Amino acid sequence: MAYRLKTATALIGALVLAMAVPAHAEKIFVSNEQDNTVSVIDGDSLEVVDTINVSRRPRAMALSNDKKYLFVAGGDDEAVDMIDIATHELVQTLSSGPDPEVIRVDPNRPYIYISNEDDNIVTVIDYEKRTRVTEIPVGVEPEGIGISPDGRWVVNTTETTNMAHFIDTEEMRVTQNVLVDARPRHAEFKHDGSEVWVSSEIGATVSVIDMDKFEIKHTINFDVPGVTRESVQAVGVELSSDGKRAYVALGPSNRVAVVDQETYEVLDYVLVGQRVWHLALDTAEKRLFTTNGVSGDVTVIDVETNEPQVSIPVGRFPWGVIVVE
Amino acid sequence: MYLNDSHEQSRERRFFSSNVCSRLVGTAAGLLMATALAAANDQVRIGFIGLEPDGQEPVSLLDVVAEDDGLAGARLAIEDNNATGTFMGQEFILEEKILPRDGDVAAAAVELVNGDVKWILSALPREKLNTLLDAAGDATVFNVAAPDNVLRNEECRANLYHTVASRRMLTDALAQFLIYKRWTRWALVVGNTPEDEQGAEALKQSAERFGAEIVSEKKWPHTPLARRSEGGFHAIQREVPVFLQDLEDHDILLVIDETDYFGEYIPHQTWVPRPVGGTQGLTAAAWHRAHESWGAVQLHRRFERRANRWMSPVDYAAWVAVRSLGEAATRAGSVEEGPMLDYLKGESFQLGAYMGEPVTFRSWDRQLRQPILVAGPRMVVSVSPQEGFLHPRTLLDTLGDDEAETGCKN
Repeated sequence: MAYRLKTATALIGALVLAMAVPAHAEKIFVSNEQDNTVSVIDGDSLEVVDTINVSRRPRAMALSNDKKYLFVAGGDDEAVDMIDIATHELVQTLSSGPDPEVIRVDPNRPYIYISNEDDNIVTVIDYEKRTRVTEIPVGVEPEGIGISPDGRWVVNTTETTNMAHFIDTEEMRVTQNVLVDARPRHAEFKHDGSEVWVSSEIGATVSVIDMDKFEIKHTINFDVPGVTRESVQAVGVELSSDGKRAYVALGPSNRVAVVDQETYEVLDYVLVGQRVWHLALDTAEKRLFTTNGVSGDVTVIDVETNEPQVSIPVGRFPWGVIVVE
Repeated sequence: MYLNDSHEQSRERRFFSSNVCSRLVGTAAGLLMATALAAANDQVRIGFIGLEPDGQEPVSLLDVVAEDDGLAGARLAIEDNNATGTFMGQEFILEEKILPRDGDVAAAAVELVNGDVKWILSALPREKLNTLLDAAGDATVFNVAAPDNVLRNEECRANLYHTVASRRMLTDALAQFLIYKRWTRWALVVGNTPEDEQGAEALKQSAERFGAEIVSEKKWPHTPLARRSEGGFHAIQREVPVFLQDLEDHDILLVIDETDYFGEYIPHQTWVPRPVGGTQGLTAAAWHRAHESWGAVQLHRRFERRANRWMSPVDYAAWVAVRSLGEAATRAGSVEEGPMLDYLKGESFQLGAYMGEPVTFRSWDRQLRQPILVAGPRMVVSVSPQEGFLHPRTLLDTLGDDEAETGCKN
C-alpha cells in the first residue's frame, strides 16, 4: 500500500519533471526476451507507444554511430536486427554467429562486437559491408562486453572462466586478462576511460579495474538490509558522465544500488520491480530506467532524489534498455 | 533419467561440425600467446573411480544407459577448469578408473594415491565408497553418486564431500512443493530393495518435517519381469489399478522405485484419478534436461556436444566437484593441497552452478548446499526451496540434514 501511495506522488513528480524539462522527443527502447519484441516508450508521456517485432530472444541492444539505427541481438535466430530509430522499421538482419547475447558498437568504425555465449568467441561484424571482420577466442561462456570511449579496448567477461579479457582493437586479440568474482555479467567503462566496472552475478560484487595497470583497484560489495545474500546478484551497471554516480542492478533482490563513482561507497538502495537486470540513464541524466524481468515492467527513478517515480508495463521478461534522443 | 533428443543433436552437429577439439586447442593457444604464460603449468591431478553399467535394461525405451555416467561431467569440468587454468598457469588432469562391477576399488584408490592424486571423485555406491575411503588415506573424496543419508551422518568422514544430493534433500524438495500445493495426504507404494526402504524412510522424515500425512503404504510385490515384451501394457492396465484399489483417500500417490523396476508403470494406471510422484512422475532432481533457467542451456549444450547424450544428475555432481577444485585452485592462486582445502572449507567458497545462486558446502557434513528441481518427465515444474518456508541461516538449509540434527561427528 505504501508503495502505491509513493507511486501516486511519484506520478505527480514525474509530471512536474516532464513539464519542467522541455519536450525532447526522447525514446526508450526495451528488449523483451520472451516476447520477441522491443517496446518503445515515449520519454515524455512514459507510455509504450509502439511494439516492434524482432528476431527471437532479443537481449542486448546498441546504437549505430550516427544514432540512426538500433541493433538488437536475437539469440535464438543467430542474428542482429538493424532497426531504423525514426520509423521503427527493420532495415536488415545481420548474421551474428551462434547465440549472440551482448553487443557493442565501435565508436570509430562500423563494427559490432558480439559475445557468442555458446562458442567461446567474440565475433566482430561490419554492419555497413555486412561482413564478418574476425572472431576472437576468449574463455568459457562470453557474456558482457564493454568498449572504451576511445575505442581502443574491448573488454569481454566470461561467465565460467570468471575473467575480464581485454581485446586490443588494433590487433583484434586478447592481450590482458583479469580474474574477477563468480559469473561476471556486465562491463561498463568510466566515461573518461580510466576504469572499467565489471559486475559479478554470483559473486554479487563489482570489480573496478584500473585501465593503466589492468588490475582490480577496488571491489564493491552489496549488503541489502533485510534481503538474503543469495538474492543479491549484480548485473547491469550504468555510470554517469560527470564521474560522480554509478548505478548497479541487483537482480532478484529487486534493488538498484546507488554508488559514489569516486569513493566506491554504496549510498543507497532503491526498490524497483522484480529481478532488475539492466539500466540506462536518459540523455539529461536526470532519470534512470530499469528493466525488471519477472514483473515485466520498467521502473523510472529520479536520480536527484533516488526515488522510484513510476512503473511502466512492457513485454514479458524485459532485458535491455537504451535511451535515444 | 535422460533421453536422447536426436533432433536437437543433429541441429547441434550442423552448426558445430567444425572440430570442437581443434577449436579448443585454438582457443587455448590463442589465450596462451595472449598472456605470455610460458612457464610450465602447475598441475592438479584428479582421480575418478566408477563402475561399468550393471547391464540392466531400463523399463522405458526412452531411457539410455550411459557408459560414462558421471565421467562425462568430470571431463567437461576439466575442460572448463583448463580454460581458466590457461591464464593462471594451472592445468587439470583427470585420471579415469572405470572398474568392472566386482572390480577392486581399494587397489584402484591406492594406485591413484601413489600416483600423487590428492583428489578423487567417487561414482560408487555406498559400500564401495567406504572401501575407497578406507584405502585412500588423506585424499579428499567427492561423492558424486551415492545419495545415502547415512554417508552424511554416522558414516561421514572429514575428507568426504558430497556434490550429489542426499535422498533427504530430494524428498524435502518434493515435500515442500506438495505442501505448497496443499497436497498433504500421501499414499506410498514402495519397492522391495534396500534403496527403496531408505527412500521411503526419507520421505517419511520429510512428511514429518513439513506436515504431510502418509495415509496408506503398500509394498510392490516385485518379481523381475522381462524388460521387453510386446503388449505388456495389457496386463499392467488390469493389475495396477487393482493393486492400488485399497489405498485410503489421498491427494497424490508417491512411488519409491529407485532401481527402475516398476515405477514407470504406475502413472495413469491408478484406481482413482490422482497425480503420481516420487522416483517417477513428478520427481526431485539436482539436474534435468528441461532445466533452462540461469544459463543452464549453456551447460546442456557444452555437455551434449562432447558426450552425445543428455547430462544426468551424476554428471552434474561430477561437474560441480571438479569445478569446485578449479575454483579453489583459481582463488587460492595455488595448486597445493593445503591452500585449496582451506578455500573449499572457508566461508568465501562459492561456485556458480546454473541454479541462480551460488552453491556452497555445509560445514557440518560437507554436503553441497544447492537448490533442487521439481520436474515432470518433460518440464521443470518448480524449484525448491519454496517461498514461504523459513530458515534462520539460508532457505537452502531447509533441504536435507540441518546442523542441529546432523549425526556427523567428524
